[in-house]
Formats: sequence, structure tokens, C-alpha cells
Amino acid sequence: MRENAISLQNYRTYLSKFQSLIILISLTIIVGLLSERFFSINNMWNILRQTSVNLCISVGMTMVILTGGIDLSVGSVLGFTGAVIAGLLKNGLTLTPLGIVIQYEPLGAAIVGILVGLALGLFNGFVITKFRVPPFVATLGMLTAARGFTMLWTKGYPITGLGEKFGFIGTGWLLGIPMPVWISGIIAFLGAMTLRKTRFGRYIYAIGGNEKAAKLSGVNVDKIKLWTYAISGALSAIAGLIVTSRLDSAQPNAGTSYELDAIAAVVIGGTSLSGGKGSIIGTVQGALIMGVLNNGLVLMGVSPFWQQVIKGFVIILAVILDKLGKKEE
Amino acid sequence: MIEEDVILETRNITKKFPGVIAVNGVNFKVYKGKVNALVGENGAGKSTLMKILAGVYTDFEGNLMLNGKEVRFKNTRDAQEKGIAMIYQELNLLPNLSVMENIFIGREFLDKFQMVDYKKMYEESVKILQKLDLDINPKRIVSELSVGQQQMVEVAKALSLNARVIIMDEPTSAISEHEIETLFKVINSLKKQGVAIVYISHKLDEVFEISDMITVMRDGKVVGSGPKEDFDYNKIVRMMVGRNIKDFFVKSQAEISEEFFKVENICLKSKDDPNKYIVNNVSFTLRKGEILGIFGLMGAGRSELLEAIFGVHPKLSSGRVFLEGKELEINSPEDAIKAGIGFVPEDRKQAGLILSMAVSQNITLTNLKNVEKLIFISEKKENDLVEYYINRLNIKTPSPQQIVENLSGGNQQKVVIAKWLAVKPKVLFMDEPTRGIDVNAKSEIYKLISELAKNGLGIIMVSSELPEILAMSDRIIVLSEGRKTGEFKVSEANEEILLKAAIPRSMKIRETNNTIKTS
Repeated sequence: MRENAISLQNYRTYLSKFQSLIILISLTIIVGLLSERFFSINNMWNILRQTSVNLCISVGMTMVILTGGIDLSVGSVLGFTGAVIAGLLKNGLTLTPLGIVIQYEPLGAAIVGILVGLALGLFNGFVITKFRVPPFVATLGMLTAARGFTMLWTKGYPITGLGEKFGFIGTGWLLGIPMPVWISGIIAFLGAMTLRKTRFGRYIYAIGGNEKAAKLSGVNVDKIKLWTYAISGALSAIAGLIVTSRLDSAQPNAGTSYELDAIAAVVIGGTSLSGGKGSIIGTVQGALIMGVLNNGLVLMGVSPFWQQVIKGFVIILAVILDKLGKKEE
Repeated sequence: MIEEDVILETRNITKKFPGVIAVNGVNFKVYKGKVNALVGENGAGKSTLMKILAGVYTDFEGNLMLNGKEVRFKNTRDAQEKGIAMIYQELNLLPNLSVMENIFIGREFLDKFQMVDYKKMYEESVKILQKLDLDINPKRIVSELSVGQQQMVEVAKALSLNARVIIMDEPTSAISEHEIETLFKVINSLKKQGVAIVYISHKLDEVFEISDMITVMRDGKVVGSGPKEDFDYNKIVRMMVGRNIKDFFVKSQAEISEEFFKVENICLKSKDDPNKYIVNNVSFTLRKGEILGIFGLMGAGRSELLEAIFGVHPKLSSGRVFLEGKELEINSPEDAIKAGIGFVPEDRKQAGLILSMAVSQNITLTNLKNVEKLIFISEKKENDLVEYYINRLNIKTPSPQQIVENLSGGNQQKVVIAKWLAVKPKVLFMDEPTRGIDVNAKSEIYKLISELAKNGLGIIMVSSELPEILAMSDRIIVLSEGRKTGEFKVSEANEEILLKAAIPRSMKIRETNNTIKTS
């Protein structure tokens, strides 16, 4: 009979596993009923494309949150790295003392941009692990600083006209699937594999579950944490790459408040903010819920002001449902 | 016993959970002004019974009688208002509030402006604490108090609620010997005030010392009940497990060979005060196949000694560690594990396990490299390894994928031991390896420790339970205030000798002062 109790418990976890999927499907149906334009192939690709930027960021955010941390700097890092990439493409890099200008191809610029994102993430991780600054504060600092860097780099103006070749990343199609969907899909897949199948992933869950026990078990807690922030930075840069390419320009305020969408996707996807529990699959669903909602509200012609209100309450509702699903006894 | 002295009584109470009868037709009487001890293994039904008394479970069969009248509590608050308070193992205080705020939480005195009347709160708190003969400033923040003092605050709170029955669940599991004395004093003064104490404990010595009435439970039933004088140690253990004490400690003599592990001058500085040493110049050696017991009172630095060696505090610790003739450079637990040391920590929930993870994931956490195939964790390798340890240690779990939080304490502890055996250690540190687990699991763990020693492992076992350390160790070192104050072959040691070495000098001075005063 003890087994009986356990199977009941399994049933509950089973249900809560599909919680966000159920929300996603019902939301899709509701929006589809309310707007006839919703269920078209074109619009489906649209949703996926729009979701891809948030998804890239959310994968890194999931890892950070699983360790029990948070990364508020992702939106600013996206903005800055996008601007770096655009600047390098448009103007090259001027090494003033040597009087040389290095010109960049899209690939080179993208790599530099991603490395900058990685470096900013490493800096976050370094401050958090070395000086024990709470992640909320450290990444809040970076949120502000990276936005400042962006303003310095762009002087406050958009950098536009980046070339057709570069535009392929954000607007092109490959084998009938939009490029951003490829990129975010691959990132989500790799992220899920990392979390489920590798030592690094296992350690992330262990740290979020019980940092002290993980440390005593020989896990190099600081190193693992450092790299989750680095990954988050690099993935934000990839998101920045997509945004910049799609718009064919880097806006100085690009990515503002994206951290909130990412956190929302992670939390709606069932990842615990205190760490240790959650998955990328959940996050993918969470990001899609946000995407469908955004898209549906626009299609239905809801005013942007109301859109925000509705989005906010949907986030709260999703988390309430998640809690109810997990409540024991 | 006079029946009029019965304040609370259960008549034929049964409580079923889906499929399990946790409490089965129990008759249990709680006497006024007495300590009513309740003993039994984990899972014997003690906690369920207590939760019925305290109003946590309200749907049960049978009758609950309070002062001879049938009652049915609506909830814990209702039970509290009727004079029944429970002090849980995990204390229920708000750590950031003061002692007095905790005592009067939810019942604050208000002044004429409807603001909290702290002056009155202070005065009332002083009164209650005085009644208990406790020297605690009501304005102190609870988190600054020791666990023992916090417990006293719980008692004070219960008393301020006018409790007539106080249920204490394993009250001595986390407090020092000295604090146990204080607790017992308080219990005695409560008795004099006519309060009934229900005392749940694993530690039978204590039960004999403090209780008046003893009730033994097994498998949801009461198997014995009566005045303390009707029982002895062996009888209780026999009742609890249905077998004899001799089979309890399993110690088979292992072949003790050469000295292979040595530590010299281990020191650990206090985090808060760099001039204070928590561990002070401790050296010892260990032979293959030997079980070295480390005894000391709470705060003697026992766990900290192990932690210092294990690289938990690299910046605060110093000293040299040698294994098989080579000096080790240990700056992190990672280094210690690589060198061949395992560490079963004292607190399995805080330090031993990732409670939210599966049994299998906990076991492989220390040795994931061994179950990897290229860069991925191989499910097959992981399962094979985990199956092996589940069988080897007889871990009772529905599946390896079960979340470890859902296992019983004894099985959780086995998971902790499994994860350390999986690193194939040469030296295994075990800090209180049987704390808070039931008698059967204890016995199994003793057997396991003996077997491990027989296989040539060197074991260092910290324990605060004297019978345990005397039964299991080959050699014992004693710590007091961070220093090594004694080293004995087990044949030379007894409880008195170990205790004498363990009592801090400051306490000894106080003792002599007392003798002078009295003489």
C-alpha cells in the first residue's frame, strides 16, 4: 500500500510535468478561436521566430536559476553585444595608436560579440563567486553598466545598414525553417542535453538542491556557478546577434526588460526560483506560452497597454497553477 | 498511579493512512506532573500518536480524553488553547525576532494606541523565564542563541500559553550535554508545577534518567507501558525490536595492520575571531582496518576536526596530512576525495544529501567521472553502480529514481554511506553515523562499519553516544575545547574515563568551586 501512495505521488508529478504543456495547448486553442488569422503556417513561423530570442536567453537563465541564482543582466548584455557586432560590421575596429582599422566579416563580428557576452557573464560569475555578492545585486549592477557601455559604444544612436549577408541570421530560411528557429532550437537541445546528460548539468542541479552537500561531495561549486553565468552571457550575445540581424540595426535600447520575459518563461516552465528543480523542456514551453500570448494579443488588436496587464496576470496565474499542481496532501 | 492524575488519554485510537495503519488501537495515558516517555523505532507510530494529541491529525478512530472528557481538537491552535503544546525536533521559532517577540507571537500586548506594548511584553517574558530559572535576555535575537537555548524559548512559549501538557519530540538530539542538564532541570520544575511532559527520545539512558512512566511502541501498537521501575535497558530494546541487545552492536575484530594515515598539528581558526582556535594542534594516526573513535562534548571541535582535514575550510585550517607515507595537499573536498578520503557528515539533510534529487543521483554525485561515457553520463553504468550499492547496503527504496527525501532516516543515511563508499575511499570519516535513525537501521550500520574495517578501510568515527563509541572503536581519542585531551585503547576506556577527559577545564574549575563552597 505504500506503493500505492507513491504511485499517487508519481501521478501528481506526472500531472505537474505537463502543467505548462496543458496551459500552452489551451492558450493556443483559445487564441485560435478568438482570432482567425492565428492558425496559419505563416503565423506559426512568426511565433516561433519571435520566441527564439527569448528562448536563447531563457536557456542560460534556466541554468543560472537552477543553481539558485539569477541573471538580470541578460537584456543589457544582449543590447551591448548586438551593438558591438553592428559596430564592428559597419565601422570595423580602429586601433588608434597603431592607426589600423580592422574590418570584420559577419562571422568574425559574431564571434567577437559572443566572446564579449561570455566575458561579461564571466565577470558576473567572478563577482558572485569570488566576492560573495548576491547574484541579484551583481547582475543588477551589470544590467546598468552594460547598458552604459552600449550608450558609449553607440553614442546613443542606432547603428544601421549591416548588409544582406548578415541579415541571413535573423531573416533567412534553411531547409524550410527560419534561421532564428534553428539557432534557438539547437541551443535548447544542447542545453537540455547538458543539463540531463553531463556531469556539469548534474552538478548544476546538485548546487541548487543543496550547495553545502554538493561542495562536500567534491563539486567545485564556484567553478560551476562561474560557468553558468558565462553561458548565460554568451547565449544573451547570440540572442543579440539574432535581434541585430533581424532588424538590420543595433538599437541602443535593444533588449530592455528582456530579463523579465526570460525569468517569466523559466518560471512558467516550472523551474523553481530557489534552484534545484526544473528543466529546459519546461522553459521551452514557458517561452512558447509567452510567444503565443504576445502574438495573439497583437492579432486580436489589444492595445499595448492592456497587453502588458494581461501578460502580467498570465504569468502570475501560470505560477499559481503550478503551485496548486504540486501541492501535496 | 491514581486515575485522577491522568490529564490526557487515548482510548483505542487508530489512525490509518492509505494502506498503512500508523497507530493501531493505542491506549496511552499522560499523567499530570510526570514525565511520560514514549519510545519506539522510527515508524513505530510515535510521531503519528503525538500529532493526534497535538491536534495535527483530527480524523482518527477512537476517543481522546482530556481531563476525563472526550475532546476532538479542530486543529493545533485549538489543542494549544486547551493546554497542549508540542515542541518539534525542528524548532518553530522566527530566527530574526527577539526571544520575547517569539514567546508572544500572535498574542502581542497592545497599548492604548494599538501599538505593540514592548514594555509589558518584556516584563511578562522575564516572569516566565524566571519561572523556568533561565538566564536568557528576552531582548536577544533568537538566531544568536544556541539550539538548546532556543528550545528553552519554545518551552517558555508553551508555558506562556498555559500549557498543561508539553510534548517534546527528541529534545536532546541537537543540544550539548550541558544544555541537556538545563533541559532536565526545566523539566523537573515543570513537573513540580503539575505540567505533564510527553518525552519522545531515541536515547534510552536519558529516558531512564528523566522519565517516570515509559511506554514502548512497535508497529503502531503499544507493546509495554508502566512506571520506569518496571523496565530496564535490555527489556526496552527487546520490546522495540523484538530481539536482544547483544545483537545490537555488531563489532567483529578486524585485522589491524600498519599505520597508514596520519595527521599532524591540525588547527582550525574561528571564522569570527582569528585569535580563537576551534581545533587546536590535534595529531593522530590511523591503522588499516582500525576504527578510531573520536569522543567529545558538543562544541569540542569533533566535526570541525574532520572538516579541517577534509579541506572544507582551506583558508582557516592548517596542519599536515599523510596517507600511505605521502603528504597530501588538501585545499578542497575535491582534493580529499581524490586522495582517497570519504566523509559521511553529521547532518545528512543539510550536508549529506541533495534531498530533491533521486537516490541514484545522490549516490553517484561523488564519483560521476566513473559513470561517464565520453562526455555523457551513461545511464547503464550509473544504474549498475547504484543497483550494486542498493543491494550491498540493503537500501529500502521503491526504485533508484525515488527522490531521496521520501526515504526513511535510516535509508537516507545508507544513501549517504553509499555515496562515500562509491568513491572507493581508503579512509572513511563518519560523523555521528547513527544519529536520528531507528534501532534496526543502527544495527545494520554497525554491522556495515565492522565489515568495512575488516576489508581494510581505516575508519574515523565521531560519536557523542558513549555506549556506541565504546562498543565500536578499537581506539578512542577525546577532544575538549578543540584540544586532544586523551587517547585510549578501548580495553582501557570506560564511560567515566572518557567523560573526565571530555569535560572542559572551565567546567572542571566550576565544579571544584562548587565543592569548596559546599564543604
